[in-house]
Amino acid sequence: MTTTPIAHRATAVAARATDLSKVYGQGETQVVALDHVTVDFRQAEFTAIMGPSGSGKSTLMHCVAGLDSFSSGSVRIGETELGSLKDKQLTQLRRDKIGFIFQAFNLLPTLTGLENITLPMDIAGRKPDKQWLKQVIEMVGLQDRLSHRPTQLSGGQQQRVAVARALASQPEIIFGDEPTGNLDSRSGAEVLGFLRNSVRELGQTVVMVTHDPVAASYADRVIFLADGRIVDEMLHPTADGVLDRMKEFDAKGRTS
Amino acid sequence: MFRTALRNVLAHKARLLMTVLAVMLGVAFVSGTLVFTDTLGNAYRNQSAKSYDNVAVAVTTYPNPQSDGTKDAGIDTRTLDKIRGLDGVAGATGRVSGFAGVADQDGKLIGNGWSNTGANFAPGKDGKDAAYTFTDGSGPVKDVQIALDEDSAAKGKYRVGDTVRVATNGPVKEYTLSGVFTTEDGAVNAGGSLVLFDTPVAQKLYLQPGYFKDVTIAAAADASDQKILDEVKPLLPKDAEAQTGKQLADDQAREIEQGLSNLNTMLLAFAAIALFVGVFLIANTFTMLVAQRTRELALMRAVGASRRQVKRSVMLEALVVGALASVIGFVLGIGLATGLRSAMGSFGAKVPAGPLIVSPTAIASALAVGVLVTVLAAWLPARRAAKIPPVAAMGSAHLPATTKSLVVRNTLGSVITLAGAAAILAGAAMGKDTGRMVIGGGAFLTLIGIIVLIPLLSRPVIALARPLLNRLFGVSGKLAGQNAVRNPRRTGATASALAIGLTLVTGLTVIGVTLGQAIDKMTTDNIRADYMVTMAGGGALDKSALTALEKAKGVSAVSPQQATSLEIKNEFHSASAVTPGDVEEVFDLKTVSGSMATLGKGQIAVAEKTAKSNGWKAGDTVGVKFGDDSEGGKAETKTLTIGAVYKENEFLSPVLVPTSLVAPFEPKPYIPEVWVKMEGGASTANEQALVNALGDNPAMSIMDRQDIRNMFGGMINTMLNIMYGLLAMALLIAVLGVINTLAMSVFERQQEIGMLRAIGLDRRKVKRMIRLEAVVISLFGAVIGIGLGSFLAWAVGETIKSDIPGYALVVPWDRIGIFLLLAGVVGVLASLWPARSAARLNMLTAIKTE
Repeated sequence: MTTTPIAHRATAVAARATDLSKVYGQGETQVVALDHVTVDFRQAEFTAIMGPSGSGKSTLMHCVAGLDSFSSGSVRIGETELGSLKDKQLTQLRRDKIGFIFQAFNLLPTLTGLENITLPMDIAGRKPDKQWLKQVIEMVGLQDRLSHRPTQLSGGQQQRVAVARALASQPEIIFGDEPTGNLDSRSGAEVLGFLRNSVRELGQTVVMVTHDPVAASYADRVIFLADGRIVDEMLHPTADGVLDRMKEFDAKGRTS
Repeated sequence: MFRTALRNVLAHKARLLMTVLAVMLGVAFVSGTLVFTDTLGNAYRNQSAKSYDNVAVAVTTYPNPQSDGTKDAGIDTRTLDKIRGLDGVAGATGRVSGFAGVADQDGKLIGNGWSNTGANFAPGKDGKDAAYTFTDGSGPVKDVQIALDEDSAAKGKYRVGDTVRVATNGPVKEYTLSGVFTTEDGAVNAGGSLVLFDTPVAQKLYLQPGYFKDVTIAAAADASDQKILDEVKPLLPKDAEAQTGKQLADDQAREIEQGLSNLNTMLLAFAAIALFVGVFLIANTFTMLVAQRTRELALMRAVGASRRQVKRSVMLEALVVGALASVIGFVLGIGLATGLRSAMGSFGAKVPAGPLIVSPTAIASALAVGVLVTVLAAWLPARRAAKIPPVAAMGSAHLPATTKSLVVRNTLGSVITLAGAAAILAGAAMGKDTGRMVIGGGAFLTLIGIIVLIPLLSRPVIALARPLLNRLFGVSGKLAGQNAVRNPRRTGATASALAIGLTLVTGLTVIGVTLGQAIDKMTTDNIRADYMVTMAGGGALDKSALTALEKAKGVSAVSPQQATSLEIKNEFHSASAVTPGDVEEVFDLKTVSGSMATLGKGQIAVAEKTAKSNGWKAGDTVGVKFGDDSEGGKAETKTLTIGAVYKENEFLSPVLVPTSLVAPFEPKPYIPEVWVKMEGGASTANEQALVNALGDNPAMSIMDRQDIRNMFGGMINTMLNIMYGLLAMALLIAVLGVINTLAMSVFERQQEIGMLRAIGLDRRKVKRMIRLEAVVISLFGAVIGIGLGSFLAWAVGETIKSDIPGYALVVPWDRIGIFLLLAGVVGVLASLWPARSAARLNMLTAIKTE
């Protein structure tokens, strides 16, 4: 177990949150979901965000991904500061620079596999890069499932479509919200493998929220959140290492 | 169980909103109709009872002396005096009446021509006429005086002492206004005008001096009406009829009842259409509520509820909704009835005052209709709910509709549709009334068939629009096109509602426009005259008017169309007496054989079909009996030659005879219209010349060809507008259905919309997607309705073709274009709220998994 950063990794930052806070409600009922969080997501790095439920891990992802507003601080995707953007510009940013993978796959049942993959580009009115599209599809192994509709695909296959959808538009960063939460362990491992490959081989940046130590072990780096604060960070995590760290938090949580 | 149902209703308030609105509107329509007709009926009954209040016995004489000039019926003053002398008679009033039109200050007729009456002022010994209450001045007692009813005086801005121009069937005359009165007279209370003349003047105008047309008898305090009736009867001439006031009041009440029941039936038919349309909306809502609760219902089954209990719980929910909506609808209906009554008032139709009648029948039927419709519409969804297996409580929330049920549905639909279409085609081939009946049945079957089949139709029809949607609206259009066919049953039900409305609207429009066109053509084909002169009230013109027109400046040809009847070979034929020579100038007569000029030689002409059916041809001689000797009148049989056979002309009877031949037997000819051709054609100056020649008579209307066309066309347009108005309710409910469906779709697809927003579909495009879905569904319904409506109109047209010369089906593309456009607008409007809520959806909650 080591906590030193890896020097040979590219140090350019794909997304950065600085002093980010998110507060719900006011006065007595006030709940602090994020408490002055500062974190970098480096390019071509696979980051996992972990933490017990209510720790603010999903909120952090939502705020950084431009899905949710924040109370104070700043979020940058590449060079763009999110705090100053209106809904329309945020939507455009998500469309052009961010890819999403959801726990419930969230594919459109009316579209075929291929149509679902190219949906973000359809929305943008862009033609997909054929070469790249082919590469992505081959990587997730969907060549012979492209004309199937989501209802004709298994859960694992559906999530592979979702991964391909996220990758196809070559976003600057991909966010995954418990992407393996609805999958059996084999399909889950496949999906995580694709995500890791996309980072290793295609230089993609991936940020994933998970509560599964095994899923986290696929990442290059794990960030631990508790009570809206980053409490720890782990590089080159293993499933056991993550599990141990989580147990520590649990124990701490119980004693404090 | 009841409590669960109530809870469910409360929990789904928002989703039941449209259902409640639809039922409410339907019930409001039904109860509004019932309350309105009850109220109206009561008011009219009260009024007629009131107008016969002081009448013990009423005597009236037939036939109406005006329509048959050969003899004057009536009751003379002597008979009247005899009646006055009878035991138990407190008084008897002689009445005489007929047409009298009053000119306003600009010389225009007050009122519509149909309800302008004149009568005599019949004062008793006290100088008062009990039938009229004077608010200003007094009754006419000199031959230059008249009195006028209050409303007409106000419309003409006349005050006592003013000079008033009054037109009867003869020339216009000026009178001095002696007084203004109010009366219980039904015609006046319905918005007509009434002029009172001094009795001798009225007798001279309408009958003959010393004679009355009607007598009303008042009884002394203790006398029996029946006894007076028995005593009066022997005193009366042959053509007179006597009845007690009560009988008359009853008769009138019955007539009112009859008239109102027709109105009632028509309005209720439209209410039924509106409610029928509502059924689809209700069924959609309950289907969705059941689908959403699948797991919950399955759980109930799993813990031991029987199928019947599940079904009953859904039905109970429908009952609660139906009852609630019906109550609100009923209250709304009372408001509607009140509104209708005042609306009628503002259109110039005066409705007698009276209390609002809310009968128990109206309450019961309105509530029953609302509840029944809701429960029936919820029956299928309830059955489906009962079929949910308990295991669904464990599995996924959605049970897809089995393809088998759609196969059955489609087969059934195809069979019904084909049977209906076959019936329509058969009916069209049969023609006439029977054909129309068959078409009616076929139309009903086809409509049902199409409704059953509409989910199947939705895919291919909407698929046609897809390329356009993709190209014009990009990804929003593509998604909208696909979303529209995602739930074919629901899309079908939604579109059905619109399709029904538009089938009726289109069918009526096509027929109406086609008839209008045929009438236009008929006018152009048959008439050469520049003007037609008629009485505004539809009565006969006086002979003097014809003479005046003949002498008018610029007139080149004049012919009356004098309605008469000739007995040829023991058979009566209706005939038109016309001016020889001129008749060819004012009508476009196509001679088949012989020559029209022979009319000038005292011969007659016969229309082609009549000639054929009687075996006559030009040159034949026939015995023609003029006049009527059955009552001791003058009659004579002459042997006449048929000088010409002509093609039927819609504006003339099938036998033409020169006026000179008829004149000796008809001292008071019945001339409904006079046709005039003028040098220089129709122009303002020429029209003015005719007005001047007729002595500036407000009761006569002078119409050019365009006016004639408008008279018929206007009638058709008015009818169409009334139909549109009545069908608007059904369309409104259809719109509610579209809103309902979209709101459901948005609700069900929250997660999807959230995802789309997350991956970059902006709010504008989300809105556009929803809006386009609405437009696609609306247009789909409209296309089906317009297609079916046009088909029906064609079929009905085939059956009336033979009755209308120059018939040609006209497809009013402009109006159909407007209907499509309106359907599109309906879609856009209906989607406003659902689209807004879709765009405002909270992404984070939407994408969260359950």
